[in-house]
Amino acid sequence: MAPRVAIVGAGPAGAFTAAALLRACGDVQIDLIERLPTPWGLLRGGVAPDHQEIKRLDDTFESQTFKRGCRFLGNVEVGTDLSHGDLMRHYTAVIYATGAQTDKSLGIPGEELPGSRPATEFVAWYNGHPDYRDRTFDLSVKRAVVIGNGNVAADVTRVLTRDPAVLAQTDIADHALAALHESQIEEVVVLGRRGPAQAAFTSAELRELGNLEGVDLHVDPFELDSVSAQWLDEEGTFTARKNVQLLREFAGREPRGERRRIVLRFLRSPVAIRGDGRVAAIDVQRNEIVRADDGTIRARAADDAVETIECGLVLRSVGYRAVPLPDVPFDERAYVLPNDRGRVLGADGEPVPGVYTVGWIKRGPTGILGTNKRDAQETVERVAEDLAALPAPPDEGGIDARLPAGVVTADGWHAIDAHERERGRAADRPRIKLTSREQLLGAVPTP
Amino acid sequence: MTYVITGSCIKDDSCVEVCPVDCIHPKPGARDFESTEQLYIDPEVCIDCDACVEACPVDAIYPEFELPEKFAYALDLNAEFFAQTGSTVERTAA
Repeated sequence: MAPRVAIVGAGPAGAFTAAALLRACGDVQIDLIERLPTPWGLLRGGVAPDHQEIKRLDDTFESQTFKRGCRFLGNVEVGTDLSHGDLMRHYTAVIYATGAQTDKSLGIPGEELPGSRPATEFVAWYNGHPDYRDRTFDLSVKRAVVIGNGNVAADVTRVLTRDPAVLAQTDIADHALAALHESQIEEVVVLGRRGPAQAAFTSAELRELGNLEGVDLHVDPFELDSVSAQWLDEEGTFTARKNVQLLREFAGREPRGERRRIVLRFLRSPVAIRGDGRVAAIDVQRNEIVRADDGTIRARAADDAVETIECGLVLRSVGYRAVPLPDVPFDERAYVLPNDRGRVLGADGEPVPGVYTVGWIKRGPTGILGTNKRDAQETVERVAEDLAALPAPPDEGGIDARLPAGVVTADGWHAIDAHERERGRAADRPRIKLTSREQLLGAVPTP
Repeated sequence: MTYVITGSCIKDDSCVEVCPVDCIHPKPGARDFESTEQLYIDPEVCIDCDACVEACPVDAIYPEFELPEKFAYALDLNAEFFAQTGSTVERTAA
């Protein structure tokens, strides 16, 4: 019997792993197990709808996984529907690819006020993630503040400001499109803890923020501090130099009097969110850049002065964190599964036979989509080395009898996919997403 | 003429694998691979063979003459990457 391998989590890391495993060991049965009825994780639920070209990666995932015999077991949650023990009884190897599912918090007063949310919830909402469709974001306010300078901060800033007519040509969730059409937001202030030279935006994202139709981008003219100037000169990446060049260009622009505006503020840390029953303002303090004893570049408070920015919506995007899985080792400090190049390690530091990891839960929430391809390659090399020596699972009958009712197979997913694309065709959109579990499961033909 | 990689690049390196003249950088394992936001094509070396376009899973690569207006900046950007961080010749000599 061919060895059976379960990959838990059908996001990009899981998909790249399934593809690499099929290439490395042809004679292997792979089940890609996913909590949602739909595969591809953040490719569907994270990548911004106005970055539709990136979503084309789903064709590659399809052809390298399901078209090559990998099975999809969607709508199956490991930890509730199946335990780690169940998987170990039915599979030769289990690979965890569950990502980093929670947001880091700011740890400041007022963070939990209504109107202050993790940016990733806003992302999941506009991308039609079924667990987030019922969230509401009050867009009747004039000013929103986005905390953070990474990809997600750039995405939510674009979605909040750009013309809904552009978003209407994408696969953005209908409920989000309707809300954005009614949006009264005039200004989005984006706060970066560090300076222009350290902004985590890619230059592509920054350029895009500066080129949105109907949106003014405002950056205060700036001089780099001496630490940053020296750092940029000696260690700055191509992206960091490009970013500073772009920001200088933006700082020199005359406002065009557009309907909406984005304001990028650097060297500012939020210290409190204020409001009576809901967000009304955010207090920020000024930072300065210093070089720490270990040589790293840090931001620290420059003085005690507090500036208050009135706003009705705060979206924070300051990083993600993985959550522990029941019965699987977890590193509580690094928030990853302890592992050696993909082999999960037990408390004794030795590999747990047959248990592997890949993606954000393996390496932490870093890198972009393609990073997972090489990460998957590393884990698959370990699996391929071990596979012949791993014992056959105790229960050779296969997992199927243990699967919950309502499991969505690749055929089921293809029915959902075809239905969404068909709905989109009439409206000249790539797809119109089904955004609840009921709708998604309703599109799956009953066997 | 040259081919040009745009900001949609996800660094999955399929193009690097198929490029017959090794003109796409940084390559996985290079010192600046992780810190570089996308891959770039060295216009001094590219032979316009189209292999990378076929390989790219997100259609991030265009021949210069078909580069959409919104990506016009990318032509200079690809060349500038090699001018600033080392040419293909310098990179492959290592």
